[in-house]
Amino acid sequence: MQPLLISQVSAVNSLGTGVEAMRRALCEKRSGLTPCDFETARIDTYVGTVPALDDLRVRPDLLDYDCRNNRLAQFCLEQDGFAGQVAAARDRYGAGRIGFYLGTSTSGLHATELAYRRRDPETGALPADYRYAETQNAYSLGEFVRRYLGLTGPGFVISSACSSTAKAFGNAARMIAAGICDAAVVGGADSLCLMTLYGFHSLGLTSPGPCRPFDADRDGISIGEGAGFALIEKADRARSGAILLLGVGESSDAYHMSTPHPEGLGARMAMEQALDSAGLQPRDIDYINLHGTATKTNDASEDKAVFEIFGPETPCSSTKGATGHLLGTAGITEAIVSILAIECGLMPGSANTRSVDPAMKSNYLLENRQAKVTRVLTNSFGFGGSNCSLVLGVAQ
Amino acid sequence: MRVFVEGVGLLGPGLRGWEAARRVLTGEEPFCSASTVIGASDLLPPAERRRTPVPVKLALAVGQEAFESAGRDAAATATVFTSSSGEGETLHHMCEALASAEREVSPTRFHNSVHNAAAGYWGIATRSREASTSLCAYDTSFTAGLVEAATQVASWGKAVALIAYDQPYPEPLHSARPLLASFGAALVLAPHATRRASATLELAVLPGDEKPTGMSDSGLEKLRLGAPAARALPLLEAIARKTQGDVVLDFLTEARLRVTVSRC
Repeated sequence: MQPLLISQVSAVNSLGTGVEAMRRALCEKRSGLTPCDFETARIDTYVGTVPALDDLRVRPDLLDYDCRNNRLAQFCLEQDGFAGQVAAARDRYGAGRIGFYLGTSTSGLHATELAYRRRDPETGALPADYRYAETQNAYSLGEFVRRYLGLTGPGFVISSACSSTAKAFGNAARMIAAGICDAAVVGGADSLCLMTLYGFHSLGLTSPGPCRPFDADRDGISIGEGAGFALIEKADRARSGAILLLGVGESSDAYHMSTPHPEGLGARMAMEQALDSAGLQPRDIDYINLHGTATKTNDASEDKAVFEIFGPETPCSSTKGATGHLLGTAGITEAIVSILAIECGLMPGSANTRSVDPAMKSNYLLENRQAKVTRVLTNSFGFGGSNCSLVLGVAQ
Repeated sequence: MRVFVEGVGLLGPGLRGWEAARRVLTGEEPFCSASTVIGASDLLPPAERRRTPVPVKLALAVGQEAFESAGRDAAATATVFTSSSGEGETLHHMCEALASAEREVSPTRFHNSVHNAAAGYWGIATRSREASTSLCAYDTSFTAGLVEAATQVASWGKAVALIAYDQPYPEPLHSARPLLASFGAALVLAPHATRRASATLELAVLPGDEKPTGMSDSGLEKLRLGAPAARALPLLEAIARKTQGDVVLDFLTEARLRVTVSRC
């Protein structure tokens, strides 16, 4: 594929507000995970929360869209000068020439959970103030962000579980290549809700403590909430040192709805295609940001897939011990981690992991490592066997 | 962007498969609305078949029909799934459980609740390890899916299947988001004119709010407006009639997709 410029990013998650807060946390190898006290959830697990959301409201003209997920989206659009950069791009290209390809797994589902507690005792009806289109529907996030940023270009929401916002980069790349838009906003928001907490718990996949990716004693995920956005443009604007999207690979496991392929077959295909679309060899990658959820099966199969392609040398780690698993926004968040790795020469060590499972063969980093990083591969895998790998690099 | 339609799948109220429905769309037979009949798919092994929610069955059925008419191997073809409503029945049961004191949720229901459940089951059923995505653009989800599928065909130079589906919600969600009927449509799109190709589609995304193409039959027009996936109907009608001309599909509020349909 033609490389694309990532001209601006923004992030909000339990590590902090804005990309700089995230950078500091990664440098300090800090974790944002805390014991779960989300709403009325009574589950013995840790979560990564964005406490500021409780007191936020969405912009007055978008009040119909007010829900935890859109608050999170707006909070993130307000960071890192992101909305301002999009406004400048709007002046440059025109509002109709900027697409938006946004991912979420649960959108404003928490609004529906709350509405189901207030059903009419006689008729069972949902309360009159429940707004389906503006909160529950997967596209709610898309319309909210589109309106917030004043975009009129073509867009949609991708909801392929935990690969959603990684795959959004692929959508943007194809749309720009096809001439449907000149630039695109990608990313998304996924906020905490009871469905994911109780759902993952019912599958036996939530850890009672902070998650420990690749640890011999890993025992499940920590769910987190977060948002992240990136502005993507054609690379002819890229100056030396700018961050580029170099490759995208997408595949399906065709194996099971909630368990990854044991040999990591789909994961391997996604990584190989990402390298292929970037025109790179495995040795060209300096660091791999893994999906690394800290479930027994994910980490084992991902390790197999990574080892088969990259062998025992290429440093890799998961940052989910720091952020928790941000589900639909894992992809954009870890793309931003990858950008920080390049910009700061930092390969982040795995927060909360004590000792690497001896069965793992890849070069898994427990401690932060300072080194020159020019190209990073990042993995995102989701329910339904949906896999996506991205390759990011620096412009020469 | 230009793509070639190799196969079509269709299920809707009174529209029992593409072969039968095309006679309705060409006007040879009248449109008589009746409940959408979604047969049990033989694509999945019996154990999985029992666990699949209705929207997944609907998506699998129209996808299967489109691949059969295209004569293509589903295992080697990428897919774009698009739905406004997603997994309504599952969502309802999950929210009901979460509103109860016990909060006992079913793990199977949870993994079936994701918007890409149909894509996941499709992969298991067809053994396709090709790329698959799952989209939503509210009432214009079909258009979003068609644009995405066409850009995939253009980017990869390979066939891609588009599978659009919407299943009405149970109450109380139905009152908040009433959908008229269960509707699914699938297209297998190829980069070149193959022997199986029946129509050429030339796609252009346009700014503006031009009036989208409607259906001349009032029953079909009601269906088009009543179920997001049924926004495909004017395009399917043009393919069935083998006519040459433009179909305008709405794409969100401030853009349109013009599809120039011709025989090939």
